[in-house]
Amino acid sequence: MSLKYAVIDRWSQGQSVFHRLDARMKMTALLVYLLSIATLKPVRAPEMIAFGVLILIGMTLSALPIGGFLLRGAVVLPFTGTFAAISAFGGQTDFAVGLVAKSYLSALGVLLLAATTPMPALLHAAQWLKVPRVLLLVIQFLYRYLFILVEQAGRMRQAALCRGSALSKRSRGERMSSAAGMLSVLFARSYERAEGIQRAMLSRGFHGQIPLLTNPAARLKDWAFALCAVAATLAIRLGGRL
Amino acid sequence: MHIPDGFLATPVWAAAGAVSVPGVAYCARRAHAVLEEGRIPLMGVMGAFVFAAQMINFPVGVGTSGHLVGGALLAMTLGPASACLVMTAILTVQALLFQDGGVLALGANVLNMALAGVFAGYLPFQLWGGGSRRKLAIWLGGFFSVFVSASLAMTELLLSGIPIPTGVALLSLVLFAISGAMEGAITVAALDALGRLNPSWVRTSQTAGKGGYGALWVGAVLLACVGILIASPLPDGLEKLAESLGIAGRASNLFKSPLSDYEASFVSAAWLRKALAGLAGLLATYLVCLAAGRMIAKRGSKA
Amino acid sequence: MNILPVIDAQQVRYSYSDGTSALNGIDFHLYPGETVALLGRNGSGKTTFVLHLNGLLQGEGTIQVCGMAVCRQNLAAIRAKVGMVFQDSDEQLFMPTVLEDVAFGPRNLGLGVDHAVQRAREALSQTGVADLAGRAPYHLSAGEKRRVALAGVLAMSPEVLVLDEPTTFLDPPAERELIRLLKSLPQAKIVVTHDMPFARALATRAVFFEKGRVVANGPIEEIASRFHWEI
Repeated sequence: MSLKYAVIDRWSQGQSVFHRLDARMKMTALLVYLLSIATLKPVRAPEMIAFGVLILIGMTLSALPIGGFLLRGAVVLPFTGTFAAISAFGGQTDFAVGLVAKSYLSALGVLLLAATTPMPALLHAAQWLKVPRVLLLVIQFLYRYLFILVEQAGRMRQAALCRGSALSKRSRGERMSSAAGMLSVLFARSYERAEGIQRAMLSRGFHGQIPLLTNPAARLKDWAFALCAVAATLAIRLGGRL
Repeated sequence: MHIPDGFLATPVWAAAGAVSVPGVAYCARRAHAVLEEGRIPLMGVMGAFVFAAQMINFPVGVGTSGHLVGGALLAMTLGPASACLVMTAILTVQALLFQDGGVLALGANVLNMALAGVFAGYLPFQLWGGGSRRKLAIWLGGFFSVFVSASLAMTELLLSGIPIPTGVALLSLVLFAISGAMEGAITVAALDALGRLNPSWVRTSQTAGKGGYGALWVGAVLLACVGILIASPLPDGLEKLAESLGIAGRASNLFKSPLSDYEASFVSAAWLRKALAGLAGLLATYLVCLAAGRMIAKRGSKA
Repeated sequence: MNILPVIDAQQVRYSYSDGTSALNGIDFHLYPGETVALLGRNGSGKTTFVLHLNGLLQGEGTIQVCGMAVCRQNLAAIRAKVGMVFQDSDEQLFMPTVLEDVAFGPRNLGLGVDHAVQRAREALSQTGVADLAGRAPYHLSAGEKRRVALAGVLAMSPEVLVLDEPTTFLDPPAERELIRLLKSLPQAKIVVTHDMPFARALATRAVFFEKGRVVANGPIEEIASRFHWEI
């Protein structure tokens, strides 16, 4: 379970060329890429293939496991596939293929950013893009305690299973209230943890503002990357349409 | 229902973003004013709690089990503005890290789940949560938080021109209602257990016993959702709406002049008309919600 | 003794919001450079007491830290003097990276970014974990987390260190390392612990808590044998 959650976090700790690029540049390039795909209508094969090649280049530079990467991005396919199947049955095969291609390519783009940029760097980049500070702080704390709480819930579930919580002999009402009990205990632990964090913050002089450090300056090669990525994306997007 | 990237037509995700960005900014300001940054750890930890809570299975139906979605529960414990921020944070993490929902589609997903879902989920609780029908109010909140979110998502997909046959759309509505009912049951059970552990964790709703007015408002939310859903598989209806509003004609003229060379290739007139009608629909829904919210707020301040 | 105590607590009383009393008049002194172990059963009031030392809890009685009374207007200065290391490192290390976490305290003291980062790096090398600066706290071992938590406190240049169950989750080598590290720090220390080998290795004096009172105060060996405070 926690493996499913932790895999991208583990990938993002890598040290490849792509990992070391400035997060702001990667995020900007991703936004241009996503916009280019989203505004494409109707979808044509050469453009999709060209976008696919862009992703492949990024993937190679990032030294991520290719199979795992492609598979990970495929988590969008069940949802997309359902709608694609509906439109294919309705005779709109092209539309169905386009839907799958657009959503899969978009997901791979997001994955490429998330799998090569640690969360703190992503948050710094989002701050640079003027995302509200309060929201970023909430995300920061959410991510900090995500794995800890998920593991805690996993242990609680295990303990409940050991005590036979899944046995069908028990009535539904009984199982419902035991699940609710577990949920409330998890809530209580989370609440107490938040209070502990607040105590630790106050102890270190917190007085209303959470101070953040600033981004390191972007280097020449970061700008070069952003320029190349954006130019290539726009060339693909506009090339066939002019 | 998390919409991935690649599904929504540009006007739809742009319009949804245009609603959710100021919406979230407003909630951020309110949460900031009411709380201090000292409460931010609590909000973040509660977001992580929602992720963790999804590991707990509730035996809801015949042989099936569901898990907490969380919008209503968060609203009833942290308050709607904080809950909206927490849900937005959850959706962002899901989009970035788990490819659950798209990044450009985040505006739409936030609109559906963090804004509409949370506020629709809080409404019955605010209206009746203090009275004798408290349990029913909590259940309704859970139900709405899921049903309204899912219906809105469906509406956005339809507006984007995803071909969903009317039969499938109606069937989905039934499924949304079922998962809404499950969320309602889970929220009731969870809040009950929470209240027994520490009553101060559950918010107290100040208003009680304004039944008639609340029922109207709740009914309106429901009808708006279902209404849009039923209207949208019928493109004629949408275009008629656009024409009667006088938008389509003028707007396509506006776009025609600078773009007339490419029009055949990517600004297909029918598509644009439909999209603009969709935009108008979203805007109208938004304005209705806003007006209704104002009215409720006025009533609240008088009482 | 003409040396002034760094902590001087007199008749500290505290009751929880439900009315149960947790502390019933605690007198406690800590002198520069000494290490005192707080012993006693769970629920005897040790942790509740130390939370008063930097004003996280405020009850009756008087507490002076480095000559300043613990009260609202002195809180900022007192929290810089008293470095608290809590039992759960995950609650203590709340920022996304180690460097940001250690710089949190200095930034709150009003230092600029560069100065705060410099302080943070110094504190990290003092606790021997300078190489962890860019890591996320989630990825650290229990021993590493404890050292980073300590660095976060040291970066504020405190006069007193308060450590609540610092050996929780540590394996024996990590515990040995922690003892060595703590011995090398010049600050006066208060250690709340059940871990007697650890307490013996660090503390010269012990204070024994029972039901919200200090019932004994003296050399650690004496206290340990008087209360059979062994496994």
